[in-house]
Amino acid sequence: MVHAAGLGLSMYILWLLLSGHYVALLLSLGAISCAFIVWIMHRMDTIDHESFPLHMTPRGLGYFPWLVWEIVKSNWSVAKIILSPGLPISPTMVTVKATQRTDVGRVTYANSITLTPGTLSVHMEGDEIVVHGITRDGAESLKDGDMDRRVSRLEGFVR
Amino acid sequence: MDLDLLLDGLSWALLLIGSAFAIVGGIGLLRMPDVYTRMHAASLTDTMAPMCILGGLMIQGGFTLVSAKLVIILLFLLFTSPVAAHALSAAALAQGHKPLLARPDGGMELKEVDMPLTEDAEPGK
Repeated sequence: MVHAAGLGLSMYILWLLLSGHYVALLLSLGAISCAFIVWIMHRMDTIDHESFPLHMTPRGLGYFPWLVWEIVKSNWSVAKIILSPGLPISPTMVTVKATQRTDVGRVTYANSITLTPGTLSVHMEGDEIVVHGITRDGAESLKDGDMDRRVSRLEGFVR
Repeated sequence: MDLDLLLDGLSWALLLIGSAFAIVGGIGLLRMPDVYTRMHAASLTDTMAPMCILGGLMIQGGFTLVSAKLVIILLFLLFTSPVAAHALSAAALAQGHKPLLARPDGGMELKEVDMPLTEDAEPGK
C-alpha cells in the first residue's frame, strides 16, 4: 500500500513537471491517468519493493554523490589514457563478488561498475560479476570491495 | 563582480568541459583496438559529457521547469546507458568476440574467455 501510494505520488509529480499546465481540467486528467496506471500495476501484481525500491531512496541520496565523484575521477583517468601517445592500456578481466542480498542491490552494483568508465560489467552468474577493465590496476581495484560495501549498505540490512 | 556574470562563466566552463570530454571519447573510440576497450572510451561520452553539458544548461535555465526536465533527462541517461552498455558487451561475448587481454609480460593477445551462458541467454532460444 505504501508502495502504491508512493508510486502514484511520484508519477503525478513527474507528470506535473513535464506538463507545466496548471489548470483544473488538465490536473484532474493527470490524476486520473496516474490512478489508472497504479490500478493496472496493482492488477498485474507488480507493485513491490523491487519495481519501486522506496526503502533505498534515503540512503541513495548519500550514495549518488559518491558515485558521481567516482565517475568524475575515472573519467579523468580514462581521458588521460586516451590522449597519451603510447595508449597505455592493459585490458584485464576479473571476477568480483557481489555481496548484495537482493536483485535490486546486485543490479545497482553492476550498473555502478558499468557507469564508472574504465570498468564494464560483462556477465553475471549468481553472485559473481565478470568485469572487463581497461587497465589491470583499475580492474584489480574493484576487488578491494569499497563500492560493493557501499551498495550493500544501500540495501539497508544490518550487518 | 555580479552574480549573473559568475553563473554565466560557470555554465560556459561546464559546457566546454563536457564538449571536450565528448570529443576525447570520440578520439578514444577510434584509437582503441577492440570492441570492449572501445566501449570504455564510449562511456566517457555517456557519463561525463552529459553530466557537464546538462549541468551547464541547468545553470542557464535557472530555477525553472526547463531545469527540472533537464534533471529528469540526466537521470534517465544515467539509469539506462549502463544497461545498454552491459547488453552490448554481453551480446559481443555471446557472439564469440574474443577480448584483447594483457599478458603478464606487457604485450596483448586475443583470448578465449570461458563464459558459461545461462539458460535464458543461450542464442537461438
